[in-house]
Amino acid sequence: MVEPHTIEMEDCGTQFRCPEGEGVLQAMERQGRRAIPVGCRNGGCGLCLVKITEGQFRAGPMSRRHVPAEHSEQGFALACRVYPQSDLRLRLATVSDRQSLQTECPSGQKGR
Amino acid sequence: MAISGVLRPGYVQVRVLDMKAALEHYRDRIGLDVVMTGDDGRVYLKAYDEFDHHSLILREADEPGMDFMSFKVMNEGMLDELHEKLLDGGVAVEEISAGGMPSVGRRLSFIAPTGHRFELFASIGLHPTGPMVNNPELWHAEPRGMRALRFDHCLLYGDDIDGAKALFMDLLGFAVTEQVVTPDGTVIATFLSCGMKAHDLALVRHDSKGKLHHVSFYLESWHDVGHAADIMSRYNMSVDIGPTRHGITRGQTIYFFDPSGNRNEVFAGGYTFYPDHPVRTWSTDEVGKAIFYYERALNDRFMTVVT
Repeated sequence: MVEPHTIEMEDCGTQFRCPEGEGVLQAMERQGRRAIPVGCRNGGCGLCLVKITEGQFRAGPMSRRHVPAEHSEQGFALACRVYPQSDLRLRLATVSDRQSLQTECPSGQKGR
Repeated sequence: MAISGVLRPGYVQVRVLDMKAALEHYRDRIGLDVVMTGDDGRVYLKAYDEFDHHSLILREADEPGMDFMSFKVMNEGMLDELHEKLLDGGVAVEEISAGGMPSVGRRLSFIAPTGHRFELFASIGLHPTGPMVNNPELWHAEPRGMRALRFDHCLLYGDDIDGAKALFMDLLGFAVTEQVVTPDGTVIATFLSCGMKAHDLALVRHDSKGKLHHVSFYLESWHDVGHAADIMSRYNMSVDIGPTRHGITRGQTIYFFDPSGNRNEVFAGGYTFYPDHPVRTWSTDEVGKAIFYYERALNDRFMTVVT
């Protein structure tokens, strides 16, 4: 059994533990911490957008409206879909982060 | 007089990020039946107590949300009548010929002032797993999961809800059953019925166009709402709020999220609406009770979390 990783929030210094198979947001909520806003918890609403500044992680499916594919390489991800593979440092997305990421997702227009 | 124009919500097409996870959610947890999978990968589902071929279409895409919602109208003649009314009302209507969607006849498609795409249709095939009609048993086989009876309504967020409300009332014959109004008289939420339900479509004022707040499924009883809550905890599903009750419509409810972040509702109850009933109005200082009658306060997610 791999030990849970330590997640540290740069904004407030909050630390909590997250096992590899669990989303960062879910682990935070389960341990009663309140460092990241909780929305749908399933990669859709974009509320828990963070930037991972240190560490490795695996990302689950998330809305490309909030995290365009080209931006995931810069460390942006929805915390509910971030599965840590090492200790992580992260910070909340700022308003300007959100503005630069927001896109009209092309596939959304094809649904006839 | 029975309903003769727009009858009820028909189907809704929802975008999902991962079809496998979506099917586990809608089929195994909510209890809908898969009726077919299209060549393009779209999956068509229905609830056990619905006659029509399908009421939910899932489409895999890069972002969640709603592609369109439809209403079934009485017959092809009525569809022509409503087509004319929409055109006279200045609405751009696209006619899609039969065959464009499995089992569905010709469709009228238009975009409401809130940015949402709606469809009207009159003809759809009946599905053999629908309710029995001769010496009818309750069901063919006992329902699964949350035992949803039907797709019931959508709550949609958009900018011009006044324009959308006028379209549905003046051109399609809907009535407002209930609303939330600010002190300066601005309607921030409106609940529209095309028949005798407390709502078939609800609209909330929002900065951006075309957002989905939730897709709702009807359950038989408050007891079934509790059973749905048991299932949500057992499978660690993402719950928004509930079990609780809405002041508006009086429905007993749970809000929760599908695996792509689209909000769903399962609910029971709600009053019966007659066209002569006065509109019920909530003021914004009582909006907490209007939305969540037991908590008497909105949660943060109600206004901000949409797909």
